[in-house]
Amino acid sequence: MSLDTQLPDDGVHVASAISDEVVIELASVNKWFGEFHVLKDINLSVNKGERIVICGPSGSGKSTMIRCINRLEEHQAGDIIVNGTEMGTNIKNIDAIRRNVGMVFQQFNLFPHLTVLENCTLAPIWVKNMPKAEAEKIAMQYLERVKIPEQAAKYPGQLSGGQQQRVAIARSLCMSPTIMLFDEPTSALDPEMISEVLDVMVGLAESGMTMLVVTHEMGFAKRVADRVIFMDQGEIVEQNTPDEFFTNPKSDRTKLFLSQILAH
Amino acid sequence: MSAVDKAVPRRDARSISEIVNDERFRSIFYQIIVAVAVIWTAQYLITNTAENLQARGMSTGFEFLSSTAGFSIAWSIIDYEAGDTYFHVYLVGIANTLIVSFFAIIATTLLGFVVGVMRLSSNFVVAQIASAYVEVMRNVPLLLHILFWFTLSSALPSPKQSLGWLDSFFLNNRGLYVPAPVPGDGFDIVIIMVLIGIAVAYGVTVWATKRQMATGQRFPAFWTGVGLVVGLPLLAFFALGAPLTFDYPALKGFNFQGGADVPRAFCALLFALVLYHTVFMAEAVRAGILSVSHGQTEASYSLGLKPSWTLRLVVIPQAMRAVVPPMISNWMNVVKNSSLAIAIGYPDLVAVFMQTSLNQSGHAIEIVAMVMLFYMTVSLTISAALNYYNKLVQIKER
Ligand SMILES: Nc1ncnc2c1ncn2[C@@H]1O[C@H](COP(=O)(O)OP(=O)(O)OP(=O)(O)O)[C@@H](O)[C@H]1O
Ligand SMILES: [Mg+2]
Repeated sequence: MSLDTQLPDDGVHVASAISDEVVIELASVNKWFGEFHVLKDINLSVNKGERIVICGPSGSGKSTMIRCINRLEEHQAGDIIVNGTEMGTNIKNIDAIRRNVGMVFQQFNLFPHLTVLENCTLAPIWVKNMPKAEAEKIAMQYLERVKIPEQAAKYPGQLSGGQQQRVAIARSLCMSPTIMLFDEPTSALDPEMISEVLDVMVGLAESGMTMLVVTHEMGFAKRVADRVIFMDQGEIVEQNTPDEFFTNPKSDRTKLFLSQILAH
Repeated sequence: MSAVDKAVPRRDARSISEIVNDERFRSIFYQIIVAVAVIWTAQYLITNTAENLQARGMSTGFEFLSSTAGFSIAWSIIDYEAGDTYFHVYLVGIANTLIVSFFAIIATTLLGFVVGVMRLSSNFVVAQIASAYVEVMRNVPLLLHILFWFTLSSALPSPKQSLGWLDSFFLNNRGLYVPAPVPGDGFDIVIIMVLIGIAVAYGVTVWATKRQMATGQRFPAFWTGVGLVVGLPLLAFFALGAPLTFDYPALKGFNFQGGADVPRAFCALLFALVLYHTVFMAEAVRAGILSVSHGQTEASYSLGLKPSWTLRLVVIPQAMRAVVPPMISNWMNVVKNSSLAIAIGYPDLVAVFMQTSLNQSGHAIEIVAMVMLFYMTVSLTISAALNYYNKLVQIKER
């Protein structure tokens, strides 16, 4: 059974590097958009080095949940603690959390008026008060890691989608985050570009990064995830190791969802 | 190689239909036709006009510019007397047009920013007020705006019952009377200090940017600059014993004497131009901000950039690309539309030169050409600046 054509389904799993330290804690988190109850009593605890894949039908609240972790969305009830810092209305806390949490978006969201290199150095220069030369050196290291150092002087509009998404990953990494959030990083890409992005993400997993990835790339989940979370209608319905999740789903909703993405 | 060899003999033997259907031949042919038509039309118009003018005994040429105009002008920002030449009248007209345009452009730009941002406000009442403003102002012709404010201002009280403020500003049905600054000895040093302040502030900004890039340390360059530009002249001003006095307007007989007077027509024209053209600036600002997707802000936040830096480093640079072109064409329209001043007797270029001077001297062609030259120079200068800006900020794409 191959759910995914992008990564070889060879049963290889990137070695886990989970420590005891809890880095993200969501306790009874609730959120409403007006009348609409989008997150219902979410409880989730993520350890350092853990890699979590989140899946579920469209509109189930996956994006909203991970966006609460760096305050792109505000939750209305419950507690979110990231790296020991409590998420609230305190601006200093929000800044501290955002400095430590990188995010990669479906639409890349590179800054079109800046070159690839400037995209990567902007935040280190302004947020970390890093000298430009040092920021550029670090940026080049990450651009090499995502295999596009030769594009440094170009503008995002001159790159392919896959290249843009790899720049976006490098841009986040330049802030040396301890946690990376991915919101459907390959959904806006042409099939032939998906694997180049997934390869970079697998490499990141191998380096021990804590990752929360919203994706329907099940091959990636099998290879990398320590835990797969299934969400539906604002709830975490089921969570398990990838093996158990795919071969032995417990709830009917999970079974239905898996049969639907299998059918594709 | 062989394809070329074969093609050569064929070329020599091109048939008429091959030439006529050739893309390059057609393009050159049409260009020649258009050029001939333009030259012939221009030639016809010029000779025809010259003959007609001669037949009526009207002279052509620019000698009239050095002769005395002999009429008075209601108000002028530069010195003028009835004995001055027509060329001086031209300059008076240009100055009067530029002064009203200058204030209108500044006010329009600032107010436009405010209204544009208000329209995007999440506060319902604020957004609705701004929308209502835009809809009402945009849908009334500019000439009507001008006539409306001019008529309304005639209902102001007479000089004796002037609306006064601080005993120095007076508004009545003749115009606005304000204190006139009278620079004393050494005031030019204060002016020089302003220039020095600007230069030093610029230097500090460049230095601060360089240092930040080299060491990562930041320096409050903006506030230091403000301090320099404001502080240096202020220091000099008080060190020199405040060498500036004001000549206050005072009621003498039926009207005010002293101070500086701004005629009612100027106020009405300025008001109308600002209220009308603010709409276009506001729309440009709104479109500019909307053109930057929310994803840009989110990406910036997720990198840890504060909202103020996000605005300055990410949103504004992108929004300006969309704001600047319509903003500058709005400025050009302000300058051109100020010529509607003629409707309420404000002595702008068109009023003093194309009306009074033309009627008196009869040099229609020359005068119209000179007026056109002025408006074209202003427009072309502004659009050259715009083209330069566009080149600078063009987003590079595949
Ligand atoms: N700003 C908003 N205002 C109102 N409703 C919203 C907003 N953002 C999201 N929603 C709604 O909240 C629900 C959850 O959205 P969310 O984007 O988290 O879903 P998702 O699981 O990420 O779906 P997808 O797979 O389509 O990305 C959806 O029904 C969506 O319409
Ligand atoms: Mg989503």
